[in-house]
Amino acid sequence: MIGLRHGKSFRHGVHPETFKELTAEREIERMPFPDELVLHLRQHLGAPSRPVVRPGDRVFRGQLLAEAGGFVSVPLHASATGRVKAIEKRRHPAGNMSEAIVIEVDHASAQALYEDAPRPWETPTREELVREIQAGGFVGLGGAAFPTHVKLTVPEGKQVEWVLINGAECEPYLTTDHRIMLENVDSIILGIRVIMKVLGAKKSFIGIEINKMNAIRALADALPPDLNCTMVPLQTKYPQGAEKMLITAVLSREVPSGKLPIDAHVVVQNVGTVAGMGDYFRYGQPLIERVVTVTGPGIRRPSTLLIPLGTSLHDILEHCGGVTERTNQILFGGPMMGAAQYHLDVPILKGTSGILCLTDAQVAVRKEYACIRCSSCLDACPVFLNPSQLGSLARVGMYAEMQGLHLMDCMECGSCSYVCPSNIPLVQRFRVAKAILREEEAREKEKQKAEAAAKVAVS
Amino acid sequence: MTPGTPRLVLATSPFLKRAVDTPTIMRHVIYSLVPALLAAAYFFGVSAILLVLASVAGCVLTEWVIRSRPPLAQSSIADGSAILTGVLLALTLPPGMPLWMGFLGGVFAIGFGKLLFGGLGHNVFNPSLVGRAFLQACFPVAITTWAAPHGLEHFFTVHQSTLAFPFAIPVPDAVTTATPLAKMKFDAAPTAVRDLFIGTRAGSLGETSSMMILLGGAYLAYRRFLNWRIPVGMLAGAFIVGQMLHMTNPARYADGLFHMLSGGMMLGAVFMATDPVTSPVTPLGAWIFAVLCGALVVVIRLFSGLPEGVMYAILLMNGFTPLIDRWTQPRTYGTGKRRNHG
Repeated sequence: MIGLRHGKSFRHGVHPETFKELTAEREIERMPFPDELVLHLRQHLGAPSRPVVRPGDRVFRGQLLAEAGGFVSVPLHASATGRVKAIEKRRHPAGNMSEAIVIEVDHASAQALYEDAPRPWETPTREELVREIQAGGFVGLGGAAFPTHVKLTVPEGKQVEWVLINGAECEPYLTTDHRIMLENVDSIILGIRVIMKVLGAKKSFIGIEINKMNAIRALADALPPDLNCTMVPLQTKYPQGAEKMLITAVLSREVPSGKLPIDAHVVVQNVGTVAGMGDYFRYGQPLIERVVTVTGPGIRRPSTLLIPLGTSLHDILEHCGGVTERTNQILFGGPMMGAAQYHLDVPILKGTSGILCLTDAQVAVRKEYACIRCSSCLDACPVFLNPSQLGSLARVGMYAEMQGLHLMDCMECGSCSYVCPSNIPLVQRFRVAKAILREEEAREKEKQKAEAAAKVAVS
Repeated sequence: MTPGTPRLVLATSPFLKRAVDTPTIMRHVIYSLVPALLAAAYFFGVSAILLVLASVAGCVLTEWVIRSRPPLAQSSIADGSAILTGVLLALTLPPGMPLWMGFLGGVFAIGFGKLLFGGLGHNVFNPSLVGRAFLQACFPVAITTWAAPHGLEHFFTVHQSTLAFPFAIPVPDAVTTATPLAKMKFDAAPTAVRDLFIGTRAGSLGETSSMMILLGGAYLAYRRFLNWRIPVGMLAGAFIVGQMLHMTNPARYADGLFHMLSGGMMLGAVFMATDPVTSPVTPLGAWIFAVLCGALVVVIRLFSGLPEGVMYAILLMNGFTPLIDRWTQPRTYGTGKRRNHG
């Protein structure tokens, strides 16, 4: 393989230590069912799911609990056989209380699947397959949790030439996709076939960072020649797994500002999602469980677990031997883009790729210094912004000026904050600025609508 | 074993942080000046060391006094930038400069050059050079009185002028000499490249040995604490303009290599123009800034009344830095046609 030593990549980015050795060798282990599962109706981006069961109902593993709340939404299935205990507000990993279906697990049950049969994918039409995938409840498992079928719907007048399977896993600590690529090759291959058929794509690529050589070799050897899928070893660099960066690395092209990959004739799918879809067509199992890396210096037994959705953080930590006394920060996701959790009562969601336990050694508050314009952030920003200047503008609230400097192209990867020697919370300020700008825009639209309505009323 | 209930700290991503912080960078820049400081001590003896200490004292004391009360109350000695400014200022002064002047230069560099603008990161002009410009305006004679370099045998010989009493007329030093630039400008007498490179020539404390300066610069570039485009661009700019003029009139103008190695060019290119605060952040901007710095030095050297132009060239270009940054904003991903051929 050409470029195997160095791998393809994009310009800029950062090189944090990866810490993947904690779990890279840990085989996927099925976690036992807990007593209670909390399945939030907000598992994904888009409209929340709508419950179709009632408290007291007996439900089977894989049975529909809630239907999609619209096109940009997916249904939700029971991740274990049991009884619907309640539909009520529970703690959500995003930091608020949110509507959830609570299931009391029936430990006497064999936990067989509700519909245990392969699903045909060769005979159905593309539209039928899209509906089928939505019915399986699939969302991007890399962390963003964007409904998969929406990405697989090619809008009128657009066409997809390439499918990129994202196995970069550039977040430090996480080895979720790594283990899936080693242990679930057949489902990945079937998933790629389905996706290529749905999109009518001619060619596909799998991008994997070269710190996972065993996965690169295993998959490259297993790829059937008729699949027209090429293995692309990638340089180990953050954020290599960001959609745009992956597209640049593999295809040497850019997604136009403000547009989607599909506008560059590409669709990117996380390899874990692809494997999940493969499982769905092989066994009929909808998205009811996922692989999660439980890791970090604070966890006693770092593991790669296959966990039923809705299992609480508390149960997972307990299964992994608990956390050390020095643990004082627990994240859902990786350390670069993950979210700090505020309570052990929160359940994992479809998008929870990892659980990272950090100790006071990592969580030290660092003193902020003035920007010395060292340009480290400019050399790190993968979308070529000027974070130094954006940071100065954010400090004094000049948000409109920031928009002029392409703030909205910031994908919040955090590379700027990572490198800043003055410990300036750059990306954190950009998030605030973007939120304020979006709010202003929404208000402006509202105002225009009201004015238009008033005009109609007058005439 | 239960997980217990840890006290959870909330924050937003990223949760990893590169280990290098601003004081680390300052510290490494100071380390990288050690070769140049050793050369200064070797050639100019204990007077040089005393002058460095005086200048650093002026800087640190000023930083401490002004930072201890509003509106800038915030301890900032620990960030190391005041020490660095002091060392850099001293390296631009002639070896026999009275200590009190060095101290005063430090006070002005920090007080006027940096804190007046709001402290570290906010100043428009390189503070060390602001301090030097002040001294040049106030003490034109002292700052152009060059003691000849000597070896270690005279290490403990303190120049008489070094200990001159403030505002007393300094006693002219016994062994003064002209710098290579002055010799070239006023007598058209060249200096051997070897002397320019090693440092056996008259000049400011830290500017004479190009070799030792490059050594420090190479270390910084290797550690990525220095924007290599600036020294490369500045030296290239000076070489090209100098060489072009040399070819028009070889008898009158020195060649490009002489311009690269003489005066404060090397010190300016490696340690002054590269001050991140006062130079452009964009890669293209750094090139423009650096090449113009180098070209300006030669123009000042050859067409003004002064034999040397590094200080004014850099200060002038510092003033253009915000404009250069504005004109050379990086091309945002996904905009423009450069790489989109789809």
